[in-house]
Amino acid sequence: MQRSIASLLTARLLVALLTLVIVSFVVFAATSILPGDVAEVLLGQAATPEAVKGLRTAMHLDDPALVRFGRWLFGLASGDLGVSYANRMPIAQLIGGRLLNSLKLAGVTALFAVPVALTLGITAAMWRGTWYDRVVSVLTIGVISVPEFMVATSAVLLFAVHLKWLPALSIARDVQGLGEMLRVYAMPVMTLAFVISAQMIRMTRAAVVEALDTPYAEMATLKGASRTRVVLRHALPNALGPIVNAVALSLSYLLGGVIIVETIFNYPGVAKLMVDAVATRDLPLIQTCAMIFCLVYLILITTADIIALLSNPRLR
Amino acid sequence: MASLASGLAMGGYRINWVGALCLLIIVGWASVAVFAPWIAPHGVGDVVDSDYFGPMTREMPLGSDYLGRDMLSRILHGARYTVGVSLAAVVLACGTGVTLGMAAAVSGGWFDAALSRFLDALNSIPSKLFGLVVVAAVGSTIPVLILTLAVIYVPGSYRFARALAVNVNAMDFISVARLRGERLPYLIGAEILPNILGPVFADVGLRFVFVVLLLSGLSFLGLGVQPPNADWGALVRENIGGLPFGAPAVMAPSVAIASLTIAINLLIDNLPRKIRDRDA
Repeated sequence: MQRSIASLLTARLLVALLTLVIVSFVVFAATSILPGDVAEVLLGQAATPEAVKGLRTAMHLDDPALVRFGRWLFGLASGDLGVSYANRMPIAQLIGGRLLNSLKLAGVTALFAVPVALTLGITAAMWRGTWYDRVVSVLTIGVISVPEFMVATSAVLLFAVHLKWLPALSIARDVQGLGEMLRVYAMPVMTLAFVISAQMIRMTRAAVVEALDTPYAEMATLKGASRTRVVLRHALPNALGPIVNAVALSLSYLLGGVIIVETIFNYPGVAKLMVDAVATRDLPLIQTCAMIFCLVYLILITTADIIALLSNPRLR
Repeated sequence: MASLASGLAMGGYRINWVGALCLLIIVGWASVAVFAPWIAPHGVGDVVDSDYFGPMTREMPLGSDYLGRDMLSRILHGARYTVGVSLAAVVLACGTGVTLGMAAAVSGGWFDAALSRFLDALNSIPSKLFGLVVVAAVGSTIPVLILTLAVIYVPGSYRFARALAVNVNAMDFISVARLRGERLPYLIGAEILPNILGPVFADVGLRFVFVVLLLSGLSFLGLGVQPPNADWGALVRENIGGLPFGAPAVMAPSVAIASLTIAINLLIDNLPRKIRDRDA
Protein backbone atom coordinates (compact mmCIF):
# COMPACT_ATOMS: atom_id res chain seq x y z
CA MET A 1 0.00 0.00 0.00
CA GLN A 2 2.74 2.45 1.00
CA ARG A 3 4.63 1.58 -2.15
CA SER A 4 1.68 2.35 -4.36
CA ILE A 5 1.23 5.76 -2.72
CA ALA A 6 4.90 6.53 -3.26
CA SER A 7 4.71 5.55 -6.91
CA LEU A 8 1.50 7.57 -7.39
CA LEU A 9 3.19 10.63 -5.89
CA THR A 10 6.24 10.14 -8.08
CA ALA A 11 3.99 9.85 -11.13
CA ARG A 12 2.16 13.05 -10.16
CA LEU A 13 5.44 14.92 -9.69
CA LEU A 14 6.72 13.68 -13.02
CA VAL A 15 3.53 14.91 -14.66
CA ALA A 16 4.06 18.30 -13.00
CA LEU A 17 7.62 18.42 -14.33
CA LEU A 18 6.49 17.49 -17.84
CA THR A 19 3.78 20.15 -17.59
CA LEU A 20 6.40 22.71 -16.61
CA VAL A 21 8.46 21.89 -19.70
CA ILE A 22 5.39 22.18 -21.97
CA VAL A 23 4.39 25.44 -20.26
CA SER A 24 7.85 26.91 -20.68
CA PHE A 25 7.76 25.91 -24.33
CA VAL A 26 4.40 27.68 -24.78
CA VAL A 27 5.71 30.81 -23.02
CA PHE A 28 8.86 30.77 -25.14
CA ALA A 29 6.93 30.15 -28.36
CA ALA A 30 4.40 32.91 -27.60
CA THR A 31 7.18 35.46 -27.04
CA SER A 32 9.16 34.33 -30.07
CA ILE A 33 6.43 34.61 -32.69
CA LEU A 34 8.17 37.68 -34.11
CA PRO A 35 11.84 36.64 -34.10
CA GLY A 36 13.18 39.47 -36.24
CA ASP A 37 11.72 42.15 -34.03
CA VAL A 38 14.04 41.90 -31.05
CA ALA A 39 17.21 43.20 -32.66
CA GLU A 40 15.30 45.95 -34.49
CA VAL A 41 13.51 47.01 -31.32
CA LEU A 42 16.80 47.19 -29.45
CA LEU A 43 18.59 49.28 -32.05
CA GLY A 44 15.71 51.62 -32.79
CA GLN A 45 14.42 52.87 -36.12
CA ALA A 46 17.69 54.38 -37.33
CA ALA A 47 19.55 51.07 -37.31
CA THR A 48 21.33 49.99 -40.47
CA PRO A 49 20.60 46.48 -41.77
CA GLU A 50 24.26 45.57 -41.07
CA ALA A 51 23.96 46.56 -37.41
CA VAL A 52 20.76 44.58 -37.03
CA LYS A 53 22.41 41.59 -38.67
CA GLY A 54 25.44 41.88 -36.36
CA LEU A 55 23.31 42.07 -33.24
CA ARG A 56 21.21 39.13 -34.40
CA THR A 57 24.34 37.05 -34.74
CA ALA A 58 25.68 38.25 -31.39
CA MET A 59 22.40 37.36 -29.66
CA HIS A 60 22.23 33.99 -31.45
CA LEU A 61 18.83 34.97 -32.86
CA ASP A 62 19.55 33.13 -36.12
CA ASP A 63 19.88 29.75 -34.42
CA PRO A 64 16.99 27.29 -34.82
CA ALA A 65 14.13 27.98 -32.40
CA LEU A 66 14.58 24.65 -30.62
CA VAL A 67 18.24 25.40 -29.88
CA ARG A 68 17.35 28.85 -28.52
CA PHE A 69 14.61 27.28 -26.41
CA GLY A 70 17.03 24.72 -24.98
CA ARG A 71 19.61 27.38 -24.17
CA TRP A 72 16.99 29.62 -22.52
CA LEU A 73 15.54 26.80 -20.43
CA PHE A 74 18.99 25.64 -19.38
CA GLY A 75 19.88 29.21 -18.38
CA LEU A 76 16.72 29.51 -16.28
CA ALA A 77 17.37 26.18 -14.58
CA SER A 78 20.94 27.16 -13.69
CA GLY A 79 19.85 30.50 -12.26
CA ASP A 80 20.90 32.71 -15.18
CA LEU A 81 17.78 34.80 -15.72
CA GLY A 82 19.24 37.00 -18.44
CA VAL A 83 19.38 40.77 -18.86
CA SER A 84 16.48 43.20 -19.25
CA TYR A 85 16.22 44.88 -22.68
CA ALA A 86 14.86 48.09 -21.25
CA ASN A 87 17.56 49.11 -18.79
CA ARG A 88 20.29 46.47 -19.20
CA MET A 89 19.98 45.38 -15.56
CA PRO A 90 20.31 41.71 -14.64
CA ILE A 91 16.79 40.37 -14.26
CA ALA A 92 17.60 38.54 -11.02
CA GLN A 93 18.41 41.92 -9.46
CA LEU A 94 15.19 43.52 -10.79
CA ILE A 95 12.98 40.72 -9.52
CA GLY A 96 14.56 39.90 -6.14
CA GLY A 97 13.01 42.55 -3.89
CA ARG A 98 9.76 42.71 -5.80
CA LEU A 99 9.20 38.97 -5.51
CA LEU A 100 9.54 39.35 -1.75
CA ASN A 101 6.95 42.19 -1.82
CA SER A 102 4.49 40.07 -3.80
CA LEU A 103 4.98 37.07 -1.54
CA LYS A 104 4.42 39.31 1.48
CA LEU A 105 1.15 40.57 0.00
CA ALA A 106 0.03 37.04 -0.86
CA GLY A 107 1.06 35.68 2.53
CA VAL A 108 -0.76 38.33 4.53
CA THR A 109 -3.84 37.83 2.36
CA ALA A 110 -3.82 34.06 2.84
CA LEU A 111 -3.30 34.42 6.59
CA PHE A 112 -6.33 36.68 6.74
CA ALA A 113 -8.64 35.09 4.15
CA VAL A 114 -8.27 31.36 4.85
CA PRO A 115 -9.67 31.28 8.42
CA VAL A 116 -12.52 33.65 7.54
CA ALA A 117 -13.45 31.73 4.40
CA LEU A 118 -13.33 28.35 6.13
CA THR A 119 -15.53 29.59 8.97
CA LEU A 120 -18.06 31.05 6.55
CA GLY A 121 -18.06 27.96 4.34
CA ILE A 122 -18.48 25.51 7.21
CA THR A 123 -21.17 27.51 8.98
CA ALA A 124 -23.07 28.02 5.71
CA ALA A 125 -23.10 24.25 5.21
CA MET A 126 -24.11 23.73 8.84
CA TRP A 127 -27.14 25.99 8.52
CA ARG A 128 -27.92 24.94 4.99
CA GLY A 129 -31.13 26.38 3.58
CA THR A 130 -31.43 29.19 6.15
CA TRP A 131 -31.36 32.88 5.25
CA TYR A 132 -27.74 33.01 6.46
CA ASP A 133 -26.75 30.34 3.94
CA ARG A 134 -28.64 32.11 1.18
CA VAL A 135 -27.01 35.47 1.90
CA VAL A 136 -23.55 33.87 1.87
CA SER A 137 -24.32 32.03 -1.38
CA VAL A 138 -25.65 35.09 -3.19
CA LEU A 139 -22.72 37.22 -1.99
CA THR A 140 -20.14 34.67 -3.14
CA ILE A 141 -21.82 34.32 -6.56
CA GLY A 142 -21.78 38.13 -6.75
CA VAL A 143 -18.06 38.39 -5.96
CA ILE A 144 -17.16 35.60 -8.38
CA SER A 145 -19.17 37.26 -11.16
CA VAL A 146 -17.59 40.71 -10.98
CA PRO A 147 -14.12 41.64 -12.22
CA GLU A 148 -11.37 42.09 -9.60
CA PHE A 149 -10.94 45.74 -10.47
CA MET A 150 -14.55 46.39 -9.49
CA VAL A 151 -13.90 45.03 -6.00
CA ALA A 152 -10.78 47.22 -5.81
CA THR A 153 -12.41 50.41 -7.08
CA SER A 154 -15.40 49.88 -4.80
CA ALA A 155 -13.04 49.49 -1.83
CA VAL A 156 -11.22 52.71 -2.75
CA LEU A 157 -14.50 54.53 -3.24
CA LEU A 158 -15.86 53.41 0.12
CA PHE A 159 -12.82 53.55 2.42
CA ALA A 160 -10.63 56.23 0.83
CA VAL A 161 -13.11 58.59 -0.84
CA HIS A 162 -16.25 58.47 1.29
CA LEU A 163 -15.02 57.36 4.71
CA LYS A 164 -11.44 58.71 4.31
CA TRP A 165 -10.07 55.96 6.56
CA LEU A 166 -7.32 54.69 4.30
CA PRO A 167 -4.89 56.04 1.69
CA ALA A 168 -5.79 55.10 -1.89
CA LEU A 169 -2.27 54.21 -2.98
CA SER A 170 0.13 51.84 -1.34
CA ILE A 171 3.81 52.72 -1.38
CA ALA A 172 5.68 50.10 0.57
CA ARG A 173 8.98 51.99 0.65
CA ASP A 174 8.38 54.73 3.21
CA VAL A 175 6.48 52.78 5.80
CA GLN A 176 7.16 53.55 9.44
CA GLY A 177 5.64 51.60 12.25
CA LEU A 178 2.96 48.97 12.46
CA GLY A 179 -0.03 51.30 12.24
CA GLU A 180 1.22 52.82 9.01
CA MET A 181 1.86 49.40 7.55
CA LEU A 182 -1.63 48.21 8.42
CA ARG A 183 -3.12 51.24 6.69
CA VAL A 184 -1.04 50.70 3.56
CA TYR A 185 -1.71 46.97 3.31
CA ALA A 186 -5.37 47.14 4.28
CA MET A 187 -6.90 47.86 0.89
CA PRO A 188 -4.85 45.54 -1.39
CA VAL A 189 -5.18 42.72 1.14
CA MET A 190 -8.90 43.30 1.56
CA THR A 191 -9.49 43.24 -2.21
CA LEU A 192 -7.45 40.09 -2.75
CA ALA A 193 -9.03 38.40 0.25
CA PHE A 194 -12.49 39.08 -1.16
CA VAL A 195 -11.56 37.61 -4.52
CA ILE A 196 -10.05 34.37 -3.21
CA SER A 197 -12.47 33.85 -0.31
CA ALA A 198 -15.50 33.61 -2.58
CA GLN A 199 -14.14 30.51 -4.32
CA MET A 200 -12.94 29.02 -1.04
CA ILE A 201 -16.32 29.51 0.67
CA ARG A 202 -18.18 27.83 -2.20
CA MET A 203 -15.88 24.84 -2.35
CA THR A 204 -15.73 24.41 1.44
CA ARG A 205 -19.50 24.58 1.69
CA ALA A 206 -19.90 21.99 -1.06
CA ALA A 207 -17.41 19.64 0.63
CA VAL A 208 -19.09 19.85 4.05
CA VAL A 209 -22.58 19.52 2.53
CA GLU A 210 -21.46 16.38 0.75
CA ALA A 211 -20.08 14.91 3.97
CA LEU A 212 -23.31 15.81 5.82
CA ASP A 213 -25.39 13.96 3.21
CA THR A 214 -23.74 10.62 3.99
CA PRO A 215 -25.48 7.81 5.92
CA TYR A 216 -23.01 8.03 8.82
CA ALA A 217 -23.77 11.71 9.36
CA GLU A 218 -27.48 10.90 9.36
CA MET A 219 -26.80 8.08 11.79
CA ALA A 220 -24.98 10.47 14.12
CA THR A 221 -27.95 12.84 13.99
CA LEU A 222 -30.38 9.99 14.67
CA LYS A 223 -28.46 8.80 17.71
CA GLY A 224 -28.92 12.29 19.13
CA ALA A 225 -25.64 14.10 18.51
CA SER A 226 -25.98 17.88 18.36
CA ARG A 227 -25.58 19.60 14.99
CA THR A 228 -22.26 21.14 16.03
CA ARG A 229 -20.99 17.72 17.06
CA VAL A 230 -22.16 16.09 13.82
CA VAL A 231 -20.35 18.73 11.80
CA LEU A 232 -17.16 18.96 13.84
CA ARG A 233 -16.67 15.31 14.81
CA HIS A 234 -18.28 13.36 11.99
CA ALA A 235 -18.45 15.40 8.82
CA LEU A 236 -15.40 17.67 9.04
CA PRO A 237 -12.66 15.01 9.34
CA ASN A 238 -13.96 13.39 6.16
CA ALA A 239 -14.32 16.71 4.33
CA LEU A 240 -10.81 17.81 5.34
CA GLY A 241 -9.13 16.56 2.16
CA PRO A 242 -11.49 18.38 -0.22
CA ILE A 243 -11.28 21.49 1.97
CA VAL A 244 -7.47 21.65 1.94
CA ASN A 245 -7.66 20.96 -1.79
CA ALA A 246 -10.07 23.91 -2.10
CA VAL A 247 -7.71 26.16 -0.14
CA ALA A 248 -4.75 25.33 -2.38
CA LEU A 249 -6.85 25.85 -5.52
CA SER A 250 -8.23 29.17 -4.26
CA LEU A 251 -4.75 30.40 -3.45
CA SER A 252 -3.94 29.93 -7.13
CA TYR A 253 -6.55 32.62 -7.84
CA LEU A 254 -4.22 34.97 -5.97
CA LEU A 255 -2.05 35.04 -9.08
CA GLY A 256 -4.75 36.47 -11.32
CA GLY A 257 -5.95 38.84 -8.63
CA VAL A 258 -2.48 40.06 -7.77
CA ILE A 259 -1.92 41.34 -11.34
CA ILE A 260 -4.93 43.66 -11.07
CA VAL A 261 -4.42 44.63 -7.44
CA GLU A 262 -0.74 45.51 -7.77
CA THR A 263 -1.56 47.65 -10.80
CA ILE A 264 -4.47 49.51 -9.28
CA PHE A 265 -2.78 50.17 -5.93
CA ASN A 266 0.63 50.80 -7.48
CA TYR A 267 2.16 48.09 -5.34
CA PRO A 268 5.83 47.35 -6.17
CA GLY A 269 5.55 43.60 -6.78
CA VAL A 270 6.41 41.16 -9.56
CA ALA A 271 3.01 41.47 -11.24
CA LYS A 272 3.38 45.26 -11.57
CA LEU A 273 6.89 44.72 -12.92
CA MET A 274 5.48 42.35 -15.52
CA VAL A 275 2.63 44.64 -16.61
CA ASP A 276 5.21 47.44 -17.03
CA ALA A 277 7.46 45.04 -18.96
CA VAL A 278 4.57 44.28 -21.32
CA ALA A 279 4.14 48.00 -21.97
CA THR A 280 7.85 48.32 -22.93
CA ARG A 281 7.92 44.90 -24.65
CA ASP A 282 10.84 43.80 -22.51
CA LEU A 283 10.70 40.15 -23.59
CA PRO A 284 13.35 38.51 -21.34
CA LEU A 285 11.78 40.14 -18.29
CA ILE A 286 8.30 39.02 -19.39
CA GLN A 287 9.51 35.46 -19.95
CA THR A 288 11.09 35.26 -16.52
CA CYS A 289 8.09 36.78 -14.72
CA ALA A 290 5.76 34.45 -16.63
CA MET A 291 7.83 31.44 -15.61
CA ILE A 292 7.78 32.51 -11.96
CA PHE A 293 3.98 32.82 -12.08
CA CYS A 294 3.55 29.49 -13.86
CA LEU A 295 5.88 27.76 -11.41
CA VAL A 296 3.98 29.06 -8.37
CA TYR A 297 0.66 28.17 -10.00
CA LEU A 298 1.87 24.68 -10.86
CA ILE A 299 3.18 24.13 -7.32
CA LEU A 300 -0.19 25.16 -5.90
CA ILE A 301 -2.34 22.97 -8.15
CA THR A 302 0.04 20.01 -7.79
CA THR A 303 -0.14 20.38 -4.01
CA ALA A 304 -3.93 20.46 -4.27
CA ASP A 305 -3.89 17.28 -6.37
CA ILE A 306 -1.53 15.47 -4.02
CA ILE A 307 -3.61 16.38 -0.98
CA ALA A 308 -6.75 15.14 -2.73
CA LEU A 309 -4.89 11.95 -3.62
CA LEU A 310 -3.65 11.36 -0.07
CA SER A 311 -6.92 12.16 1.65
CA ASN A 312 -9.20 10.06 -0.55
CA PRO A 313 -8.43 6.33 -0.58
CA ARG A 314 -10.79 5.87 -3.52
CA LEU A 315 -8.51 7.93 -5.78
CA ARG A 316 -5.51 5.72 -5.08
CA MET B 1 -47.96 38.66 -12.56
CA ALA B 2 -49.27 35.29 -11.42
CA SER B 3 -47.95 33.55 -14.49
CA LEU B 4 -44.57 35.21 -14.03
CA ALA B 5 -44.32 34.10 -10.43
CA SER B 6 -45.21 30.51 -11.19
CA GLY B 7 -42.68 30.39 -13.95
CA LEU B 8 -42.37 30.79 -17.67
CA ALA B 9 -42.99 27.92 -20.04
CA MET B 10 -40.30 27.79 -22.67
CA GLY B 11 -40.06 25.06 -25.28
CA GLY B 12 -41.52 22.51 -22.92
CA TYR B 13 -39.29 23.63 -20.02
CA ARG B 14 -40.32 25.91 -17.19
CA ILE B 15 -37.99 28.47 -15.72
CA ASN B 16 -38.70 30.46 -12.55
CA TRP B 17 -39.02 34.23 -12.36
CA VAL B 18 -35.36 34.80 -11.33
CA GLY B 19 -34.31 32.96 -14.46
CA ALA B 20 -36.80 34.94 -16.56
CA LEU B 21 -35.48 38.24 -15.20
CA CYS B 22 -31.89 37.19 -15.91
CA LEU B 23 -32.84 36.13 -19.43
CA LEU B 24 -34.42 39.56 -19.92
CA ILE B 25 -31.19 41.32 -18.86
CA ILE B 26 -29.07 39.14 -21.13
CA VAL B 27 -31.35 39.66 -24.14
CA GLY B 28 -31.37 43.37 -23.30
CA TRP B 29 -27.56 43.67 -23.41
CA ALA B 30 -27.44 41.56 -26.58
CA SER B 31 -29.85 43.92 -28.34
CA VAL B 32 -27.92 46.93 -27.03
CA ALA B 33 -24.78 45.44 -28.58
CA VAL B 34 -26.56 45.12 -31.93
CA PHE B 35 -28.46 48.40 -31.97
CA ALA B 36 -26.06 50.68 -30.03
CA PRO B 37 -25.60 53.38 -32.69
CA TRP B 38 -29.39 53.81 -33.02
CA ILE B 39 -30.33 53.93 -29.36
CA ALA B 40 -27.37 55.88 -27.94
CA PRO B 41 -28.39 59.49 -27.26
CA HIS B 42 -25.01 60.89 -28.38
CA GLY B 43 -22.22 59.80 -30.74
CA VAL B 44 -19.49 57.70 -29.15
CA GLY B 45 -16.83 60.41 -29.53
CA ASP B 46 -18.98 63.55 -29.09
CA VAL B 47 -17.87 65.91 -26.37
CA VAL B 48 -21.19 67.14 -24.99
CA ASP B 49 -20.31 68.42 -21.52
CA SER B 50 -18.05 71.42 -20.88
CA ASP B 51 -17.07 69.85 -17.56
CA TYR B 52 -15.33 66.50 -17.10
CA PHE B 53 -16.43 63.74 -14.70
CA GLY B 54 -19.86 65.37 -14.54
CA PRO B 55 -22.50 64.07 -12.13
CA MET B 56 -25.69 62.27 -13.11
CA THR B 57 -28.14 64.66 -14.69
CA ARG B 58 -31.35 64.38 -16.67
CA GLU B 59 -29.52 64.88 -19.98
CA MET B 60 -26.70 62.55 -19.01
CA PRO B 61 -28.09 59.80 -16.77
CA LEU B 62 -24.63 58.37 -16.06
CA GLY B 63 -22.68 61.62 -16.04
CA SER B 64 -19.79 62.49 -18.35
CA ASP B 65 -16.33 60.94 -18.73
CA TYR B 66 -12.82 62.39 -18.46
CA LEU B 67 -13.25 64.33 -21.71
CA GLY B 68 -16.84 65.38 -21.11
CA ARG B 69 -18.38 62.70 -23.30
CA ASP B 70 -21.75 61.17 -22.45
CA MET B 71 -21.10 58.09 -20.32
CA LEU B 72 -24.37 56.33 -21.19
CA SER B 73 -23.56 56.46 -24.90
CA ARG B 74 -20.01 55.26 -24.21
CA ILE B 75 -21.33 52.25 -22.28
CA LEU B 76 -23.97 51.40 -24.90
CA HIS B 77 -21.25 51.44 -27.57
CA GLY B 78 -18.85 49.54 -25.29
CA ALA B 79 -21.37 46.70 -25.13
CA ARG B 80 -20.53 45.94 -28.75
CA TYR B 81 -16.91 45.15 -27.88
CA THR B 82 -17.51 43.40 -24.57
CA VAL B 83 -20.36 41.22 -25.83
CA GLY B 84 -19.13 40.81 -29.41
CA VAL B 85 -15.49 39.90 -28.70
CA SER B 86 -16.45 37.61 -25.82
CA LEU B 87 -19.13 35.87 -27.87
CA ALA B 88 -16.77 35.27 -30.80
CA ALA B 89 -14.08 33.96 -28.44
CA VAL B 90 -16.40 31.65 -26.52
CA VAL B 91 -17.95 30.19 -29.69
CA LEU B 92 -14.47 29.53 -31.05
CA ALA B 93 -13.22 28.08 -27.75
CA CYS B 94 -16.20 25.83 -27.08
CA GLY B 95 -16.55 24.77 -30.72
CA THR B 96 -12.94 23.60 -30.76
CA GLY B 97 -12.95 22.23 -27.22
CA VAL B 98 -16.17 20.25 -27.55
CA THR B 99 -15.22 18.79 -30.94
CA LEU B 100 -11.77 17.76 -29.71
CA GLY B 101 -13.23 16.44 -26.44
CA MET B 102 -15.75 14.22 -28.22
CA ALA B 103 -13.14 13.05 -30.71
CA ALA B 104 -10.74 12.18 -27.87
CA ALA B 105 -13.42 10.28 -25.95
CA VAL B 106 -14.44 8.28 -29.03
CA SER B 107 -10.93 7.56 -30.35
CA GLY B 108 -9.15 6.95 -27.03
CA GLY B 109 -5.60 5.63 -27.20
CA TRP B 110 -2.56 7.83 -27.79
CA PHE B 111 -4.59 10.61 -29.45
CA ASP B 112 -6.63 11.03 -26.27
CA ALA B 113 -3.58 10.73 -23.99
CA ALA B 114 -1.40 13.20 -25.90
CA LEU B 115 -4.16 15.76 -26.40
CA SER B 116 -5.26 15.56 -22.76
CA ARG B 117 -1.72 16.00 -21.49
CA PHE B 118 -1.02 18.96 -23.77
CA LEU B 119 -4.29 20.77 -22.98
CA ASP B 120 -3.84 20.13 -19.25
CA ALA B 121 -0.44 21.76 -19.51
CA LEU B 122 -1.99 24.72 -21.32
CA ASN B 123 -4.54 24.90 -18.53
CA SER B 124 -1.80 25.32 -15.94
CA ILE B 125 -0.87 28.75 -17.26
CA PRO B 126 -2.83 31.39 -15.35
CA SER B 127 -5.26 32.95 -17.84
CA LYS B 128 -4.36 36.62 -17.27
CA LEU B 129 -0.71 35.79 -17.55
CA PHE B 130 -1.20 34.05 -20.90
CA GLY B 131 -3.05 37.12 -22.16
CA LEU B 132 -0.20 39.38 -20.98
CA VAL B 133 2.45 37.27 -22.70
CA VAL B 134 0.61 37.09 -26.03
CA VAL B 135 -0.20 40.80 -26.03
CA ALA B 136 3.44 41.57 -25.25
CA ALA B 137 4.56 39.46 -28.18
CA VAL B 138 2.12 40.32 -30.97
CA GLY B 139 0.29 43.42 -29.81
CA SER B 140 -3.38 43.86 -29.11
CA THR B 141 -5.81 43.86 -32.03
CA ILE B 142 -9.36 42.55 -32.01
CA PRO B 143 -8.58 39.31 -33.94
CA VAL B 144 -5.57 38.61 -31.68
CA LEU B 145 -7.75 39.20 -28.60
CA ILE B 146 -10.46 36.83 -29.83
CA LEU B 147 -7.95 34.14 -30.71
CA THR B 148 -6.06 34.48 -27.41
CA LEU B 149 -9.22 34.33 -25.32
CA ALA B 150 -10.36 31.31 -27.32
CA VAL B 151 -7.05 29.46 -26.84
CA ILE B 152 -7.17 30.13 -23.10
CA TYR B 153 -10.61 28.55 -22.70
CA VAL B 154 -10.25 25.57 -25.07
CA PRO B 155 -8.72 23.27 -22.38
CA GLY B 156 -11.55 23.77 -19.88
CA SER B 157 -14.20 23.19 -22.52
CA TYR B 158 -12.32 20.14 -23.79
CA ARG B 159 -12.10 18.61 -20.35
CA PHE B 160 -15.80 19.17 -19.69
CA ALA B 161 -16.97 17.78 -23.04
CA ARG B 162 -14.61 14.83 -22.82
CA ALA B 163 -15.91 13.84 -19.38
CA LEU B 164 -19.50 13.93 -20.69
CA ALA B 165 -18.66 12.13 -23.92
CA VAL B 166 -16.80 9.32 -22.15
CA ASN B 167 -20.03 8.43 -20.33
CA VAL B 168 -22.10 8.46 -23.51
CA ASN B 169 -19.39 6.54 -25.33
CA ALA B 170 -19.91 3.57 -22.97
CA MET B 171 -23.55 3.18 -24.05
CA ASP B 172 -24.83 0.37 -26.22
CA PHE B 173 -26.07 2.52 -29.09
CA ILE B 174 -22.52 3.73 -29.67
CA SER B 175 -21.29 0.14 -29.90
CA VAL B 176 -24.08 -0.56 -32.38
CA ALA B 177 -23.08 2.47 -34.45
CA ARG B 178 -19.46 1.34 -34.38
CA LEU B 179 -20.46 -2.15 -35.52
CA ARG B 180 -22.42 -0.58 -38.36
CA GLY B 181 -19.09 0.83 -39.44
CA GLU B 182 -19.82 4.51 -38.78
CA ARG B 183 -16.89 6.93 -38.99
CA LEU B 184 -15.68 9.40 -36.35
CA PRO B 185 -17.47 12.51 -37.73
CA TYR B 186 -20.82 10.68 -37.71
CA LEU B 187 -20.22 9.21 -34.25
CA ILE B 188 -19.46 12.54 -32.61
CA GLY B 189 -21.94 14.60 -34.63
CA ALA B 190 -25.00 12.39 -34.69
CA GLU B 191 -24.60 10.01 -31.74
CA ILE B 192 -22.73 11.85 -28.98
CA LEU B 193 -23.40 15.56 -29.49
CA PRO B 194 -27.24 15.39 -29.22
CA ASN B 195 -26.89 13.60 -25.90
CA ILE B 196 -24.62 16.15 -24.24
CA LEU B 197 -26.05 19.33 -25.76
CA GLY B 198 -27.84 20.63 -22.64
CA PRO B 199 -24.87 20.63 -20.25
CA VAL B 200 -22.59 21.86 -23.04
CA PHE B 201 -24.76 24.95 -23.48
CA ALA B 202 -24.73 25.61 -19.73
CA ASP B 203 -20.93 25.30 -19.87
CA VAL B 204 -20.76 27.75 -22.78
CA GLY B 205 -22.66 30.25 -20.61
CA LEU B 206 -20.26 29.86 -17.68
CA ARG B 207 -17.26 30.16 -19.94
CA PHE B 208 -18.74 33.29 -21.53
CA VAL B 209 -18.70 34.86 -18.05
CA PHE B 210 -15.02 33.92 -17.63
CA VAL B 211 -14.21 35.43 -21.02
CA VAL B 212 -16.05 38.67 -20.24
CA LEU B 213 -14.18 38.97 -16.93
CA LEU B 214 -10.79 38.22 -18.50
CA LEU B 215 -11.36 40.60 -21.41
CA SER B 216 -12.43 43.34 -19.00
CA GLY B 217 -9.37 42.65 -16.85
CA LEU B 218 -7.01 42.86 -19.82
CA SER B 219 -8.66 46.03 -21.09
CA PHE B 220 -8.45 47.48 -17.61
CA LEU B 221 -4.69 46.86 -17.68
CA GLY B 222 -4.59 48.67 -21.05
CA LEU B 223 -3.82 45.46 -22.94
CA GLY B 224 -7.25 44.64 -24.35
CA VAL B 225 -9.41 46.73 -26.68
CA GLN B 226 -7.30 49.73 -27.72
CA PRO B 227 -8.35 53.43 -27.95
CA PRO B 228 -10.20 55.09 -29.60
CA ASN B 229 -12.46 52.03 -29.20
CA ALA B 230 -13.38 51.03 -25.69
CA ASP B 231 -15.07 48.04 -24.10
CA TRP B 232 -16.37 48.21 -20.53
CA GLY B 233 -13.00 47.33 -18.98
CA ALA B 234 -11.26 50.04 -21.01
CA LEU B 235 -13.95 52.55 -19.95
CA VAL B 236 -13.06 51.91 -16.30
CA ARG B 237 -9.38 52.35 -17.11
CA GLU B 238 -9.74 55.65 -18.95
CA ASN B 239 -11.95 57.10 -16.23
CA ILE B 240 -10.01 55.80 -13.23
CA GLY B 241 -8.84 59.37 -12.60
CA GLY B 242 -12.38 60.19 -11.52
CA LEU B 243 -12.18 57.79 -8.59
CA PRO B 244 -11.09 60.40 -6.01
CA PHE B 245 -14.15 62.51 -6.97
CA GLY B 246 -16.46 59.52 -6.80
CA ALA B 247 -17.49 60.15 -10.42
CA PRO B 248 -20.25 57.86 -11.76
CA ALA B 249 -18.09 57.32 -14.85
CA VAL B 250 -15.83 54.92 -12.87
CA MET B 251 -18.46 52.67 -11.41
CA ALA B 252 -21.04 52.63 -14.22
CA PRO B 253 -19.08 50.37 -16.63
CA SER B 254 -18.26 48.00 -13.75
CA VAL B 255 -21.94 47.81 -12.89
CA ALA B 256 -22.70 47.03 -16.54
CA ILE B 257 -20.22 44.12 -16.48
CA ALA B 258 -21.60 42.87 -13.17
CA SER B 259 -25.21 42.99 -14.38
CA LEU B 260 -24.36 40.86 -17.41
CA THR B 261 -22.17 38.29 -15.63
CA ILE B 262 -24.38 37.92 -12.56
CA ALA B 263 -27.45 37.53 -14.81
CA ILE B 264 -25.77 34.70 -16.74
CA ASN B 265 -24.57 32.93 -13.59
CA LEU B 266 -27.99 33.17 -11.94
CA LEU B 267 -29.77 32.06 -15.11
CA ILE B 268 -27.61 28.93 -15.28
CA ASP B 269 -28.19 28.30 -11.57
CA ASN B 270 -31.94 28.52 -12.16
CA LEU B 271 -32.09 26.39 -15.28
CA PRO B 272 -34.21 23.24 -15.01
CA ARG B 273 -32.11 20.30 -13.84
CA LYS B 274 -33.05 18.50 -17.05
CA ILE B 275 -31.00 20.91 -19.17
CA ARG B 276 -28.17 21.54 -16.77
CA ASP B 277 -27.16 18.21 -15.30
CA ARG B 278 -24.46 16.21 -16.93
CA ASP B 279 -26.12 12.84 -16.29
CA ALA B 280 -29.57 13.87 -17.46
